[in-house]
Amino acid sequence: MIDKTISGAKALNQVLDGQTIMVGGFGGPGTPFTLIELLCQQGAKHLTLIKNDANEPGMGISKLLEAGQVQTLIASHIGLNPLAVSMMNRRELEVLLYPQGILAEKIRAGGAGLLGILTDIGVDTILRESRQVLHIDGREAILEKALRADVTLIRAAVADRIGNLIFAKSGRNFCPLMATAATKVIVEVEKVVDTGTLDPDQIHLPGAFVDHILALDELTPDYGVLAHHAL
Amino acid sequence: MPFKKKIAARAAQEIHSGQVINLGIGIPNMILDYLPAGIEVFVQSENGILGIGPRCRKGSEDRNLIDAGANYVSLNPGASFFDSALSFALIRGGRVNTSFLGTLEVSANGDLANWIIPGKMAPGIGGGMELAQKAQRVIVTTSHSTREGAPKILSKCTLPLTARACVKTIITELAVIDVTPQGLMLREIAQESSLREVQEKTDAPLLFATGDIPRF
Repeated sequence: MIDKTISGAKALNQVLDGQTIMVGGFGGPGTPFTLIELLCQQGAKHLTLIKNDANEPGMGISKLLEAGQVQTLIASHIGLNPLAVSMMNRRELEVLLYPQGILAEKIRAGGAGLLGILTDIGVDTILRESRQVLHIDGREAILEKALRADVTLIRAAVADRIGNLIFAKSGRNFCPLMATAATKVIVEVEKVVDTGTLDPDQIHLPGAFVDHILALDELTPDYGVLAHHAL
Repeated sequence: MPFKKKIAARAAQEIHSGQVINLGIGIPNMILDYLPAGIEVFVQSENGILGIGPRCRKGSEDRNLIDAGANYVSLNPGASFFDSALSFALIRGGRVNTSFLGTLEVSANGDLANWIIPGKMAPGIGGGMELAQKAQRVIVTTSHSTREGAPKILSKCTLPLTARACVKTIITELAVIDVTPQGLMLREIAQESSLREVQEKTDAPLLFATGDIPRF
């Protein structure tokens, strides 16, 4: 029987200095806090991270930024992390910011074996200054190149042993897209069930995209409700 | 009524039953509190939700359920979840009827500038550019002037644009203004304000119909 579960100690062995890592999550939901913690301990440096946001100071990928492991961050909006903003402003961190749905499509294109996408988003703005503009049927379009990574780290709610995944609520976000766009895909899950017990109609991402599964035996406070965002 | 609530309450009247809407952070996020009874609306959030309900009361939050502004939210009947690519297919594909956005500046021809102050503030574009460019109708909800008292409604934006000629309506604590091919059309004036005050605090010519301008 195929079983893709691995131990935390081994999960991040394959990450090397200078690699590109996609990290799922939009704010807390979907962010693989445990895999990120393991990457901090593993210590790989000069990383390029691709994530929607930069989490918040002391949480998630902010720990990698704070530890100086990240050279470049490709994201959409980092406003909830003033620490990341000031690192960007001091040029300690290279940050490339994209419109959120365009970031999603760049990843989707990478995962779907495409070289890039054509879009009119931002074509009338300063975005065009740093991009290649083409003419399509008389309209201007920006060429956005596809994104791929060496490793993708994501979180799901449930996996079976071959890696079929079900995400929870707003925790889905970029996770299934990023799982299609990397050489190695590591998922942390809150629950592992036996293969064959999930309803095929309920599976959000087929197991063929998943290489390794880390079963979480403990959820740290980062996974919980954050008091400062509650009413 | 505090000015933000007044703006949110007036903006809520622009929503019609059955619409898909997106609410930006700040004043737009307060609009649902003032939705007239009987209006059934589908609130979309960029992080992959359609059908958001009110913010959760303390103790009823779900750790896996936030909106794009990191608020813990509830769901209305018929809600659904999806990934970020599909979420932006809704937006760029034109399925969002109305996008309510805050702004730094808005111009007489509907140019919107709300994402960057060069050298000062550049946290990223987020979903704003796609919403501004592709929603069927963009309504700006904003204070009429900056904290320093400078006008936000200008003949021409000075900051880098989010999108060109995208804004259809501007709602402030002083006025409701439509962007028309002829220029800015003053549709309503706040009870507490006057035509003179609105004109003084707007750095672009205002058109208005003859006769009494409705109040809100």
